[in-house]
Amino acid sequence: MANKKRNTILFVVLSLGLLLMFFASISLGSVTIPLKDVFESLTGGHATKSAWEYIIINYRLPKAITAVLVGTGLSISGLLMQTLFRNPLAGPYVLGLSSGASLGVAFVILGAGFLPSFLRVIALSSYGIVIASTFGSTLVLLLVLVVSQRLRDTMAILIVGLMFGSFTTAIVSVLTYFSTAEQLQKFTFWSMGSLGNLSWSTILILTFCVGIGLLLSAKSIKPLNALLLGENYAKSMGLNFKQARLIIIFATSILSGSITAFAGPIAFVGLAVPHIAKLVFQTSNHTILFWSTLFFGSIIMLFCDIVSQMPGFDVTLPINAITSIIGAPVVIWLLVRKRNFR
Amino acid sequence: MKNILTTSNLNIGYKSKKTVVTIAENLNLNLSSGKLISLIGANGIGKSTLLRTITGIQHPLSGNVYLNDINISTYKPLDLAQNLSLVLTEKLPPSNLSVFELVALGRQPYTNWVGTLTDTDIEKVQEALRLTQIENLAHKKHYEISDGQLQKVLIARALAQDTPLIILDEPTTHLDLLHKVSLFKLLKKLTQETQKCILFSTHDIDLAIQLSDEMIIMTPENVVQDEPCNLISNGSFASLFKDEHIIFDGEKGKFIVT
Repeated sequence: MANKKRNTILFVVLSLGLLLMFFASISLGSVTIPLKDVFESLTGGHATKSAWEYIIINYRLPKAITAVLVGTGLSISGLLMQTLFRNPLAGPYVLGLSSGASLGVAFVILGAGFLPSFLRVIALSSYGIVIASTFGSTLVLLLVLVVSQRLRDTMAILIVGLMFGSFTTAIVSVLTYFSTAEQLQKFTFWSMGSLGNLSWSTILILTFCVGIGLLLSAKSIKPLNALLLGENYAKSMGLNFKQARLIIIFATSILSGSITAFAGPIAFVGLAVPHIAKLVFQTSNHTILFWSTLFFGSIIMLFCDIVSQMPGFDVTLPINAITSIIGAPVVIWLLVRKRNFR
Repeated sequence: MKNILTTSNLNIGYKSKKTVVTIAENLNLNLSSGKLISLIGANGIGKSTLLRTITGIQHPLSGNVYLNDINISTYKPLDLAQNLSLVLTEKLPPSNLSVFELVALGRQPYTNWVGTLTDTDIEKVQEALRLTQIENLAHKKHYEISDGQLQKVLIARALAQDTPLIILDEPTTHLDLLHKVSLFKLLKKLTQETQKCILFSTHDIDLAIQLSDEMIIMTPENVVQDEPCNLISNGSFASLFKDEHIIFDGEKGKFIVT
């Protein structure tokens, strides 16, 4: 069929695009490193300067891998939510999952002063932050779910997400009164989002969490397709709805929770990328959407990362600002062209 | 002719913490293969509750529903999906599904964990498209077609699910007379060609009388199942609406406003 051929071509283009972006992200940065030395460092050889090798292996490569993990994870979690809530505007950021995670992290970083000193060390370790953040996002997702069950109106769900965002901001501003300048700085940096602060060992934890999330998402492909006809039809086709919903919720929580913990709240990727995938592939079939969202997510995240530290600039712009600058117009454009909202 | 679904002394209604609301009592219905059966009754009489109960979505107050001689409450979701398919009134959520993909979703009870379609599945889908005469729509998106065509697509999806019993909830609402008649005729043809049993609820009583093999009439007093001509001769339609301005004319087989 013509469609199949078109999809194959698209996937080949996307794979090449991903490779190119990945390599570009490693090659470009504030320090100019010749391409030959980039290759040398990546393939295990020695670069002309050992500092270059160090930058590539311990800074740029982990950052590129983080970008791929963050991009795929957030995008897939957005795809799952859009189908589960039957709402094209759903996404980890819009539904307040990132806010929930922020709140968890805010409590840990800013509220650590209230804890006895031995607990403070545990809470401020990277594990403490991950747990607080995952806990926060799961809590919000459950809240959203309760609301979505009571109110069939999908708009109400979005409003709850927005309200939770305001609520978080309010709580955070209260907490700032009681925290030190140092704590405040730590939280502010976290909330601007960053792909570059991860060590190899934390990347391993993130890979593990994202891996579980993606496996569960892949398992949900068939239920998600059934849910395209609504809950009742899905049930009539033999779907164990409660179990399927639990798996989808767990997958989205672990994806957005772990990513937000390590990279900070990153806006719009989760909402915009699935739409780009749907628009390009013109399908609702989740087998295709899963893979295309995966590719688009990592390509776009790598692109945002390159933009955030343009060669020649000494400073790194916060990644959250870049994704918002790119993502918000996409969402508005989608809203205006409502026919594509499927 | 084979019995597909039977109910024995079925009581339907709602149970809340304190009260039990009984909607209908002592139902002994019998749906058999190759029959087109319509369910009629005034708004709010409990047609939906009856349909929900015999499709296993809602539990009966007492009594049993048997599907292929097995109690419906003991079916696993997947087994039930291979024996009973539904066409609902609810609006479909927005999506990019094409007609072919939508009908193919009916194969879900038979496909593997990612829902890959085998040759048999594709054959069944194509047969469903052929039976409902919508092959020409196969590659259109489901939001591009008319209400009447969409209704046929949903019926094709139920056919692809390959079940001996199909239940439709008010399939003719929103359709004009022409499309109502063509849909009824399609259902009639399907029962004759596939030997499936099709049960549907409707408010188009005149058409149902002319085209159904059997009818189930729900009134506040009782629920009766019989062939339309018998129901006319024993005056069952007269008690359908409690209003002096609506009278059933037995000779013409239709309701008249006085």
